[in-house]
This record gives sequence, structure tokens and C-alpha cells, in this order.
Amino acid sequence: MTKQVKQLDRVIIRFAGDSGDGMQLTGDRFTQESAAFGNDLSTLPNFPAEIRAPQGTLPGVSSFQVHFADHDILTPGDAPDVLVAMNPAALRANLGDLPKGATVIVDTHDFSGRNLSKAGYTTSPLDDGSLDEYALHQVDLTGMTVAAVKEFGLSRKDAARAKNMFALGLLSWMYGRPTEATVDFLTRRFAKVSEIRDANITAFQSGWNFGETTEAFAVSYEIKPAPMSPGTYRNITGNLALSYGLVAGGVQSGLPVFLGSYPITPASDILHELSKHKAFGVTTFQAEDEIAGVGAAIGASFAGTLGVTTTSGPGLALKSEAIGLAVMTELPLVVIDVQRGGPSTGLPTKTEQADLLQAMFGRNGESPVPIVAPQSPGDCFDAALEAIRIAVTYRTPVLLLSDGMLANGSEPWRVPELSELPSIDPAFATGPNHAVDDGDDDFWPYLRNEETLARPWAIPGTAGLEHRIGGLEKGDGHGNISYDPANHDFMVRTRAAKVQRIAESLPPLEVDDPTGDAKVLVLGWGSTYGPIGAGVRRVRKAGYRVAQTHLRHLNPFPKDLGEVLARYDKVLVPEMNLGQLSLLLRAEYLVDAVGYNHVRGLPLKAAELAEAIGELVAQAEGVDVDLTPAPQEALS
Amino acid sequence: MTDTASPATTRKDWASDQEVRWCPGCGDYSILTAVQLLMPDLGVRPEQTVFVSGIGCSSRFPYYMNTYGMHSIHGRAPAIATGLAVARPDLDVWVVTGDGDGLSIGGNHLIHALRRNVDITILLFNNQIYGLTKGQFSPTSEVGKVTKSTPFGSLDHPFNPLSLALGAEASFVARTHDLDRQHLQETLRRAHEHRGAAFVEIYQNCNVFNDGAFDTITSKQNRGANLIPLVHGQPIRFGDEGERGVVMDDQGRAAIVDVADVGEGALLVHDEERPDPSLAFALSRLAPGPTAPTPVGVFRAVERAEYAEQVSAQLAAAQTDAGPGELSQLLTSGGTWEV
Ligand code: SF4
Repeated sequence: MTKQVKQLDRVIIRFAGDSGDGMQLTGDRFTQESAAFGNDLSTLPNFPAEIRAPQGTLPGVSSFQVHFADHDILTPGDAPDVLVAMNPAALRANLGDLPKGATVIVDTHDFSGRNLSKAGYTTSPLDDGSLDEYALHQVDLTGMTVAAVKEFGLSRKDAARAKNMFALGLLSWMYGRPTEATVDFLTRRFAKVSEIRDANITAFQSGWNFGETTEAFAVSYEIKPAPMSPGTYRNITGNLALSYGLVAGGVQSGLPVFLGSYPITPASDILHELSKHKAFGVTTFQAEDEIAGVGAAIGASFAGTLGVTTTSGPGLALKSEAIGLAVMTELPLVVIDVQRGGPSTGLPTKTEQADLLQAMFGRNGESPVPIVAPQSPGDCFDAALEAIRIAVTYRTPVLLLSDGMLANGSEPWRVPELSELPSIDPAFATGPNHAVDDGDDDFWPYLRNEETLARPWAIPGTAGLEHRIGGLEKGDGHGNISYDPANHDFMVRTRAAKVQRIAESLPPLEVDDPTGDAKVLVLGWGSTYGPIGAGVRRVRKAGYRVAQTHLRHLNPFPKDLGEVLARYDKVLVPEMNLGQLSLLLRAEYLVDAVGYNHVRGLPLKAAELAEAIGELVAQAEGVDVDLTPAPQEALS
Repeated sequence: MTDTASPATTRKDWASDQEVRWCPGCGDYSILTAVQLLMPDLGVRPEQTVFVSGIGCSSRFPYYMNTYGMHSIHGRAPAIATGLAVARPDLDVWVVTGDGDGLSIGGNHLIHALRRNVDITILLFNNQIYGLTKGQFSPTSEVGKVTKSTPFGSLDHPFNPLSLALGAEASFVARTHDLDRQHLQETLRRAHEHRGAAFVEIYQNCNVFNDGAFDTITSKQNRGANLIPLVHGQPIRFGDEGERGVVMDDQGRAAIVDVADVGEGALLVHDEERPDPSLAFALSRLAPGPTAPTPVGVFRAVERAEYAEQVSAQLAAAQTDAGPGELSQLLTSGGTWEV
């Protein structure tokens, strides 16, 4: 039968199931297929903190949302157009996010008795009319999978496990995805167990064939490739891009990378990734605790390699004293905090931006630390290189604030040419730098470079430059212990001035203000870049003026930030915290920053953000603002 | 790493220009002198040597050595030294710590450094008191100790540092004290020669807050009767006339006997190289504290794979197998497409 093919400009699909159902893998494969097809895309994995929460229950639901389009998109999307629900709990947990009319594909297999009640249903939603407002497709995915893979002689349980591939096959057909890469992937993944390999490939192909032959699905869709600037592209998650950025920083500086780390969600994947790259001279050290992780990295930096430590909020709290030591000893150190919901253990697998003030102030004494933040998964690569540049050039610990959404989310990334990467010069001290009265020379470890205020980095093994550093206050220049009041005051101010000096090396802020006369500026940092950009587009599309800028550097701020803020009547600062950047901006620039704050463990929603921007535009311009084009038309 | 072409050093090359600021009479002085005098003998170079310490009186040590050094934060020296030693296996890395720094706040790092067997030499100055914070009981203070924080006597059962190190499967474990330069230097020489983590407990007198804690065993007049020298391959005996000795009872416990009662042949022959740690452990339990006859010397010195060397070997193997990493290849690994 010939089926109808409809054109769409973008689709948001959410795969949802039990944490044992392989939804992350399914979503990831669909993403890879879409990337290979040439769509722009953005993804949002969402999974429970428990490795295996009780089967079939709401807390056990794991999902993966992918947004793909024929144009440039910025976010994983607010609301799914299609939900694939592998069991009653997955349906119940996700239905609330769907707009009316959305497509719901349900595996009917578990919609009975205990499985319904485990999900909190008293009657089956498939029969009681509660799904009438959706385009519902009831498919016995499990039953058909088991039948399709019968020939491989698997147990019923093992056979049923291939149902995620059946679902992937069906969705791949619906959206015209290329399938070769998934077949290759399954062949490699299950190379050791031929029955499982064949069952998964067969389930995947059966899903596709089912879509093509059944009358239940009358339409398939086409989403054309998105135009992108020329280059070589790949799909990349934030944690992978960050790992590659660290490897690249080692290559560009000629310093072996030393990672000291303790496993913590959602940062562990950086440890896993870097442990593969020994051919680049990358050493990974899984320490006994967070403190030992940063401690070993500091020791490695003193030794003349590039010390790096990776963690999340609770780990950063444990590392604070050691980071203070790196501030005092003025050694290069890169500290990566992949932020998650807090306080305390908080929401380990969910995203948040609430460690900014911890990064800024979470140490004893006046302890300034430069802070950089990536704005998208691919941008984690550049942010890592920038953190390394600052750490090495200014001999200072640098905090890089990623977050759970960047870490696990993915997007197409243009692979940079090596010639585009910055070169970073460790400029080790090689000889004495100070004349003594008797005409001899000696080495002063705290004699500074006038331009950067950085101290020399003299590494063990260099004869004549032996010196001692430590946590006690240093005398200016000679670096011996000093309790002199005036010296302490001077050194505290000098360490602060050194961090401020970094601003001299930063490019002017890029402000996106197409009409040049907007009255409202939206200013963000980190992973809110996507939702803010999408919200701003909606407002502009509805005919209003609004400017946007995004901070890579949170300490020090770019030199022209004050001037930029002063150009606008209203400044909106959206953050996934209760207003931490707003607080800093107010303190630094006396600007009446307006916060837009959510801490739901999920990315900000572009549509809600657009409303907030609209309200400020209305106030600033004295007009009524109406942002309501049909939701499908608004770009995201 | 010894540079054979470079001239020999003298004590002057190892002493920094910093004024030493321990209390007059502190045992730390004699340890510092012993180390500064020993270094020229070890055939090492100041620029290849790094002393790392934590916080406490003993942790001021690096400032007085004209080597590379870091006076770090409380308890973390073994972790920092591990990073140093792994990043630069060519360096000679020493850790100086105390009973509070190494066994209380930094206990975790100490045991993990020992189990990994990183090539660092750890000197734990045990004075059984907190000196720098002015006299609170420490994790090695005896039960009942009256201090500023325990006016009614401490209730804490103390650590036995050597039993702890052996429990962490340290490959080199020794004990010495601040009043016998020769024994101290000989023990440190052995520790330095050892490939892997070497742990040396040094009984050190804090004459301000815990004066005379070790007098019963370390003072000149008591030494003969109360220090039990451990010599590899020799029967363990002590006493001014060698009249006492150590035997192993049928429960595997070490016990002190009169040699005349059991005969010389019954004495335990010390074997620091025994692969299982039970002998060393039994010896570490022989004395309840430094108030009764106490073994000193090398308890255990066994060969076990050194950590940093293995890390380097993995890096080297990866580069031999795959060739040095190619950045452009890495960045385009996984699926790519052209636009
Ligand atoms: S307090 Fe005790 S250990 Fe510290 S320097 Fe004085 S005597 Fe030595």
C-alpha cells in the first residue's frame, strides 16, 4: 500500500519507559539517525537517580526527548508532539506534558491488572476515554517483538527486551530515518552474543516493516535536513565535548593532562572518557574521595602537568579548602562542576545552575577564582579550552560550570580545524629572576609578570629554582611565610587584581540586538542559552524588539558588561536558581536586574520565558504585547 | 633520580635560609638535622626532591629543606604527593606528617596511599598530642589523657599507627625515634631505598605539651631495657645483656620472654620480607604503647608493584599500541557527516 508522506519543519518525540526498558539507548539511536540525516537537533535525557527503581512504577520511569528540525533549533523543546509510552507508568508520568492532539503510541502489553495499579490507574486509560483528545495508537509492541524474534530461541523475557528496538524501528519508519548505522551499531554492541544481536536487529527491522504495512499508521513524515555552515559535523554530548576540550588543551599547551576525580553524577562520564585517552598522555586517577581528587590534581600541577578535577555540587563543597590552597599557591588547576539539583544530595540526575555563588564565594577568606560556563553541549569543548588558557596563563584555579542538561544533552557539532584552536604557553621558569645584593641571582617564586600579574611556574627538576609554597600567606616577591599586616593586605588585593586582569584578555561582549533599539535585554549564562534564544525568537517573531547576550565569563565579567547593561531600560536574567547571577549583577553594577527563576530540575521552557520577556517589553515600551501565534508556527 | 655527573652535595645544599621556628627543645629539630645530614649520603639532588606536608608542627618541615616543597592543607599531603609522584615518577617525593594530620583528619588519604603503593616516603612524627593547636589529645594519645579538651580524661581508644599501616597492606613499615640519630638515619635510608610507599613512624618528643611521653623507652638509660631492635634474619632479643627476647606463641601472638627460660633457639627470627603481614602485625601489637618494651626498626619490607610505574606503563603501552594521539582523529571519531 502506498502511504501518504507529510512535510514537517520540526518534531519533538519523547521515548518513555521503565528504567530497564532501554529508553536512553533508543533515544540515542534515534538521535544518531537524525544527526546522520542532517537535521538540526537537541536532546533531553531524563532518568531516575536509582539504578533500577521498582519496575512499572512512576519513580522508575526513564525518558529521552529529541527535537529535530529542518532549521536551526536551540532547545530540546517544551512539549512533545509524539510520546512513545512502553508501559502505564510511562504514560501517566508524561501525559501531562503533551499538548492536546499530540500523538501517543502505547505498548498495550502491560495495560492490565497489577501494572495499571502500580502506575496508579484504577481503570485502563486505553478504554476509559481519558485519551480521547490525543491521536492514540495502541500497539502490542511486546507481543509483536516476541513473535518476531521467536526463531532465535530466546527466553520470553530476553525476547521481550528487544521491544525498544521494535519501537525504534517503527519511529524510524514514521520519520524516514536512515537505518544502516543502527544495524551496524547493534551488530557491534552484541557481537559476542549472536542470538541477542540477531533478535535486536530483527526487532528493529520488524518495527520498520510494521509501520510500512499496517493500516494503523497511514502517514509518514519528512523533515528535511537543516542548512548548516560548511564543515565536518558530528553529534556530541556536553560531557564528551568537555572531555575532548581537555584533551585538546593538553595538546595545545604541551602539558600532559592529569585528572584527579571521584565518581559523581552527572560528571563521571568525563572520568570514563578521559581514561580512554592514554595515547594522548592523559592520566586519570580515581581517588579515594573528592578531596584527594583535587589534592592529587594540585600535586600534579606543582609537578608541571595540567591538573584537572571533575565533580558536581556536593563534591565542589568538599574541594573548597583545596581550591583555596591553589588560590594561595597560585598554581594552574581546572575544576569542573557539572551542576545538578541541590542542596545536599538534592536531585542527582536533574539539572540546575545553583552553584554559581558557591563557585564565586564558597571558600574561606578572600579567595577569587575565575569562572567560565559553556552554553551548549558542543560549546563545552571551547569552554574547556578557555578554562585551561586562563589557568595556565594566570597560574590560578579556574572553575568551569557545566550542568546536567549540557552534560547529557547532545547537538550536532561542527568539528573545529586544529588551526582554529588557541595555543597555550606554559612558559615554565628556567632560571633565576631576581638579583641579590652580593651580585648573585636567586629565584623569587612570587615575583609577578607585569601584564598578567601571574607568578612564575618553576617545576621540580629545575636546578637552582628550588622553592617552597603552601597555604600560609606569602611575602610579596620572595614568597616566604609572612605575617606582616601590610603584606597580607597587599597580597589579598593582588590576588583579586590578578583575576580581574583576565578581563583584559576577553573579547567585547556580543550583543544580539537586530534592530539596535531594543529597550529590554535578556542576559543569561550556561545552559539557559537555548531556551533564552528560543524565547527571544518568539518575541521577535511576534513583532517586538528584544536584545540578547550570554556570558561565557562570570568572573571576571567582561569589561564592557556595565556599559552594555546601561544601554537597556530593563534587564531580564533567566536562571535555573533563585537569582544568583542577578545578585552579582546588582552588586557589581547597581542594575535593577529582573530575575526569571525556576528550579524544577528541568530546562527553562521557551514559551514561558517568552511570556516573561513579553511582560518586560510591555512595561518598557508601554505597549500591549500579544505573543500568540499558533504554537506549531513558532520557531523553537 | 641520581645525576652521577653532578657534584656531591653537603648539608649546606639541603638547608634552606629560613629560620627554624619550633619550640626550643622540640624533637623536630633532631629529626630535621638527621634528614639534612642524611640527604648528601643518599646520592640524590635537591632539585629532584620534593617534601610535601600537611598542617601541624611537623608540617613546617618543608620550609627548612632547600628542595622543592609544599606545605599544604590539613591531612591532604599523601593525596597531593600521590599526584606529584604519579605525574613525575622521576622525582623523589617525601611526605612529612604527624599523628593528628596523618591519622585523624588525613587518615583516609594515608591508608589509600599505602594500599596503592605509590613511591613516596612518609614520615609520621608521632608525639601523641596536638601541638600546634596547643595541647588537645590526638588519635594516638593514651586513654585517660588529661588535656585541654579532655579535663576528665580522654575516652578515645588510640590508633596503633603501625598496625594501621600494615592493615592497609603497606609494603614498607618501620619505627624509629628522635633521640638516636644513627637509628633514625638508617631507618630513613631504608625507607628511601624502598620502591613503593614507605611508612616510618618516628616517636617525637613534644616538650611543651607532652614532655617525656617516650622517656620510658627512648631515653639513654632506658633504651637497652625497653627498645627491641628488629634486625632482618636475626633472633629478636634485647636488654642490656641481650637477656630478653621475643617468641611467637601457638596463637600467633608475639610475646616477651627471658632467653634463659626458653633457650636462644626458641626466639623468633625476624623476617621483614615475609609476604604475609602477620609476623609484622604481631610485632606491632607487642607493646601496648611506648611504656613497655617496644620494637623499633623495619617491621616489613616487601616488594609489591609500584603504582606510578604501572600508570606510566599503561600510558606507554597505549602510545605503543595506537601511536601518539592524533587530535583531529579523536574529534572525528564516531559518526561524522559533511555539510
Ligand atoms: S608544640 Fe610541641 S611539637 Fe610543636 S614545636 Fe613545640 S614542642 Fe615541638
